[in-house]
Amino acid sequence: MEVLAILLEWGPYLLGGIAVTLGLVLSALALGFLLGLPLALGQVYGSRLVSTLVSVYVWFFRGLPILVLLFLFYFGIFPALGLDVPAFVIGAVVLGLRGAAYQSQIFRGGIQSVAEGQMTAALSLGMTKWTAVQAIILPQALRISLPGWSNEYPELLTDSAVCYAIGVMELLTRASQIVSQTYVTMPVYLVCALIFIALNYGGMYMIRRTEEHFAIPGFGNQEVRS
Amino acid sequence: MSSEYILRVEDIHKNFGDREILHGISFDVKRGETIVFIGPSGTGKSTLLRCINQLTEPDRGRVFLDDEEITNCGLRICGYRQRIGMVFQNFNLFDHLTAVENVEIAPVKVRKMKKEDARAKAMEELRRVGMADWADHYPAELSGGQAQRVSIARCLAMDPEVILFDEPTSALDPELTREVLEVMKDLARTGMTMLVVTHEMGFARSMATRVIFMESGQIIEQGPPSEIMNNPQHPRTREFIGRIEH
Repeated sequence: MEVLAILLEWGPYLLGGIAVTLGLVLSALALGFLLGLPLALGQVYGSRLVSTLVSVYVWFFRGLPILVLLFLFYFGIFPALGLDVPAFVIGAVVLGLRGAAYQSQIFRGGIQSVAEGQMTAALSLGMTKWTAVQAIILPQALRISLPGWSNEYPELLTDSAVCYAIGVMELLTRASQIVSQTYVTMPVYLVCALIFIALNYGGMYMIRRTEEHFAIPGFGNQEVRS
Repeated sequence: MSSEYILRVEDIHKNFGDREILHGISFDVKRGETIVFIGPSGTGKSTLLRCINQLTEPDRGRVFLDDEEITNCGLRICGYRQRIGMVFQNFNLFDHLTAVENVEIAPVKVRKMKKEDARAKAMEELRRVGMADWADHYPAELSGGQAQRVSIARCLAMDPEVILFDEPTSALDPELTREVLEVMKDLARTGMTMLVVTHEMGFARSMATRVIFMESGQIIEQGPPSEIMNNPQHPRTREFIGRIEH
């Protein structure tokens, strides 16, 4: 009973971590998308130099453990730039930059799997390459990318807990604080885990709905209407 | 005053690596002509069409559309391509768009036409190729013949002055081939200038104003269909016609 009382008492504080965790995940997803898509376009359509730079970027952010990246930015890059920002921002930026590396490769695969004839036909109608990319290639590439892209959400959600290490007040940080205050261990971490599971489930549900919304008969793995 | 020739092709050369695909192709096209290119596969007929609208850049030679040079013209090529339609063997319809969206997208994106006007124009072109009832269907839901007719409508929506047909019926069975050829015949009768690469000898015989026989990247012989098909002068033309008609 005592445990229940403690959970009820600290519950609101723990639940407050949901906003922080989701804030981290959604800003990182957005940053990853806004940066990942241009990176993919640069890698596919850019000059050799641009494409090489993108490869280096991807190699760097995918090659380092996330905790190492976090420390590099928290103790090194942000202070060196004279930027005094909350740990939350650093966490979101690192997750976002790393997500951009992964997302760029998802989008690159999507762009490259659009049949070559689509670009040819667009150009033959007088479109510029850029118009063709916007109007013809990307709408198809993004749809093709969506199933792979949807993995980014649970990945970021679970990765976001690493921001505990730099003191972002997300779910795990709050759970740990409660544990050290109350000495109730397992029940608190269990509730923390359940919240992560719920967030994961809810997010995936919304992504599936999005996929259905944009589905086109006979396109990708969609069935043809009869 | 526009010139008598809508299209002039001068001494086009194209290599892919060490392989010379086209060596020195020249011909002129008058307004309203239907020119049919015939010849063995791998002879460079498709490459020639793509060199005309610069989807493939020729290594040497020039192309003129209505007396304006369109080779080496940089970004202005987009403007010229609006005036030269192209129909592909594999249709290349935009898979994420319905039939009517396929037809209206170029007028909207390239010509900046208003969406309602473009929709009306697109429906008109779909009616012209007998596909108005299929306007809301996606490419995957159409037969090959229907898809090809939509792709012709897509081309027509830009009001081209010339249309290049790159083996438009090669991916179709005989029945579907017929429905596409009917549309092409209607077009030819309306005076559209057409350059057609095809193996459909019946179409060449009945619709061509001129047949050009190509082999190994060169024009071997050209003339009215009756001459080329009934009384070819060059032994290689004779051999090809003999092979294909028996």
